[in-house]
Amino acid sequence: MNRMMKHYLFWPLCVLGALLLFNLLYSPDFFSIVLRDGHLYGSLIDILNFGAPLVLVAIGMTLVIATKGIDLSVGSIVAISGAIACLSISKGSDQSSLGLVMTAILSSLALSLVLGLWNGFLVAGAGIQPIIATLILMVAGRGIAQLVTSGQIITVDSSTYEYIGAGSLATLPFSIFIVTAMLIVALLLTRKTALGLFIESVGSNPTASRLTGIRSNMVIISVYIFCGLCAGIAGLLLSSNVSSADGNNAGLWYELDAILAVVIGGTSLNGGRFYLMGTVIGALIIQTLTTTIYMIGVPPEITLVVKSVVVLAVCLIQSETFRSTIMTRWKTRNYPGEKEVVRHVR
Amino acid sequence: MSDQDPILQMRGIHKRFPGVKALSNVDFRLFPGEVHALMGENGAGKSTLIKVLTGVYSIDEGTVDMEGSPISVTSPQESQTAGISTVYQEVNLCPNLTVAENIYIGREPRKFGRILWKEMNRNAAVLLKERLNLDIDVTLPLQYYSVAIQQLVAIARALNISAKVLILDEPTSSLDRNEVQQLFGIMRKLKSDGLAILFVTHFLDQVYEISDRITILRNGEFVGEYRVNELSRIDLVLKMIGKELNLLEELPQLSQEYKDSSGEVLLTASGLGRKGSIEPFDLTLHKGEVVGLAGLLGSGRTEVARLFFGADKPDQGGITSPGIEGGIHSPRDAIKRKIAFCSENRKAEGIIDDLTVRENIILALQASRGWFRTISRKRQDELADEYIQLMNINPPNPEHLIKNLSGGNQQKVLLARWLLTEPRLLILDEPTRGIDVGAKAEIQKLVLSLSRQGMSFLFISSELEEVLRVSDRIAVLRDRNKVKEISGEEMNPHEIMQAIAGG
Repeated sequence: MNRMMKHYLFWPLCVLGALLLFNLLYSPDFFSIVLRDGHLYGSLIDILNFGAPLVLVAIGMTLVIATKGIDLSVGSIVAISGAIACLSISKGSDQSSLGLVMTAILSSLALSLVLGLWNGFLVAGAGIQPIIATLILMVAGRGIAQLVTSGQIITVDSSTYEYIGAGSLATLPFSIFIVTAMLIVALLLTRKTALGLFIESVGSNPTASRLTGIRSNMVIISVYIFCGLCAGIAGLLLSSNVSSADGNNAGLWYELDAILAVVIGGTSLNGGRFYLMGTVIGALIIQTLTTTIYMIGVPPEITLVVKSVVVLAVCLIQSETFRSTIMTRWKTRNYPGEKEVVRHVR
Repeated sequence: MSDQDPILQMRGIHKRFPGVKALSNVDFRLFPGEVHALMGENGAGKSTLIKVLTGVYSIDEGTVDMEGSPISVTSPQESQTAGISTVYQEVNLCPNLTVAENIYIGREPRKFGRILWKEMNRNAAVLLKERLNLDIDVTLPLQYYSVAIQQLVAIARALNISAKVLILDEPTSSLDRNEVQQLFGIMRKLKSDGLAILFVTHFLDQVYEISDRITILRNGEFVGEYRVNELSRIDLVLKMIGKELNLLEELPQLSQEYKDSSGEVLLTASGLGRKGSIEPFDLTLHKGEVVGLAGLLGSGRTEVARLFFGADKPDQGGITSPGIEGGIHSPRDAIKRKIAFCSENRKAEGIIDDLTVRENIILALQASRGWFRTISRKRQDELADEYIQLMNINPPNPEHLIKNLSGGNQQKVLLARWLLTEPRLLILDEPTRGIDVGAKAEIQKLVLSLSRQGMSFLFISSELEEVLRVSDRIAVLRDRNKVKEISGEEMNPHEIMQAIAGG
């Protein structure tokens, strides 16, 4: 039991389990999944589908945070990527043509890579603190997205493009496959090459890493590029799901949800060890929470409050200090004199 | 001077930290109108004594008398009220505030709650002019002035708060020669004003230039108080490191035959130097040779090592190695030339806390191979097991987090990390500091056996015996200068002591 509690996935899984249990008790048909027209429908599928962009962004964020960095610009990259893709598709004569959609996707992904490179350059090359360096793109990027869409919502009518975010493959939403693929890429990159080791090393002790001969700048730049790419793909999923791009609101506050997912998943903001699977669970917790809040009909004006209370509870459960304080209180509850004694012994 | 009563007298001071006796039965006294140097090697208890005196730490046992009456210093405020002021090594002022604001911050002259800026600026200017002979614009931000001036402003602030005892904790470490002279001029003036100055420094020359009296501490114990003109430099050094010369003479020499230095040249540093850290020096390293660097703390030993590894960039001279183009500008350059470096600062520059022993061991090898030529997990386990056994690392579990290992075992992991890269030169900066006797001997033996196999070493240690025991040749450093190179028959404690003490 004790060893199980020490496992990094223990608390995140507990929280997710508790949320699902709550749903089971509150509305038993939460778990029902039906097959209709070759598609699976149900709340669980919805959570996976709508949670896909967040999972993607959070995976990229995990690697950035592992280097003791942070990327606030992911929400803006999400918006830009969707806007660029929709803009180029909307200008085509045959919006469903595969060539046009591919060009649109590739150009928005290429731009996401460049934006990630920009962040990485500011952090590693120019030595700006990550929170400031990425704040620049967070603000400027939102502006760029609004420029691209001219402040309007661009709608597209392309069944090909729509497939990415709303289509389904083997009865499951296609977005799940994209996310799984990116998760596997991230796992392979970090666990099958030495990149993961270098990321943890740079995040844990940059000075020692430099003296060990690790090219820390290269490592840092690559994680920001990867994070940019993840956000770009998330932007495509989001805009394709609704067949439109909204420069003002797409991906708004995504960076905060993503950071939360990473932290809930067990990766420390101090850098070092990172847990990709933990992050995935963390993102799913957040998505489940959002879905639950909508489902049980919390009045819209207090949803944010409810969400933050749950998040606070999750963070407290995960805090070692908090847990040990509670445990000490609990254990010494019957012995008012004990504290006094302990103080003297110290 | 001694017919006067001491202004400050500390008797029988004890201070314990969990597991360590930082100070045991230390006496210290300070007379008005003297500069008193507090000397000791690393861990001797100098900074603890200062922190006790300034109320940062509380005293476990012992008394402090100020002008004959006992005082209690349990907080920095109390210490200041009693008349003790400190200027720390790193200037702790606010660079963005003006000079006058820095001097008067927290004690601004006020009238009905309003700060009298004009009066404050005028007072500051007068204070600096009269007490420190310093004529500067006090309304400019502090950062507009050099470190030396900032140091003087810190002194002015200390004087203004209370002016009976002034503690200067390594004030000269970031000053150049002229600035040091300027500071000394002011110290002499303050001394003649009757101020008692406690001066901490690592520079022997400066001690002999400015001080009247010296108190020596060693391992938290009081060694003695001496008048400067009654204590020779060599005696001072011997008392600091706590060895008698004749005892040192009888050292068992581990490396029996001195290797002649005519072997293949590995690296040549010519005119290598870096302003503010080490004066230009020449040093040639040969294949299979152990070159020791001897000198007191702060003499520039680590700085030499860092230049050789490319951890610091030199601003003059360079390193050449026969048959290889280009110099060494970064640790990666050095690693490419098969140079490895174990820093003295194990925690900050050596181990990667969050990683396991296995990961720490393979890290340098993996870094030199790049991301994609991964060492397979099986091979990693083999290597980790092999080196855990070879180096006798305890606990012998490669999946243990390195932060949970003892200092000695962490050091062995770091050695393993570099040995895995098969270096031609291994730079060891204090490899045996803070580790137990057994591990120490193991590391020394390892150095000798590897050097017989052709590996070269640059070996730095504060312990002279150790340097003597393993080195084929010793370069002696003093006050950031390489002063002598000693080899062969000349390599005896007396010669080295003489060179370390100088003068």
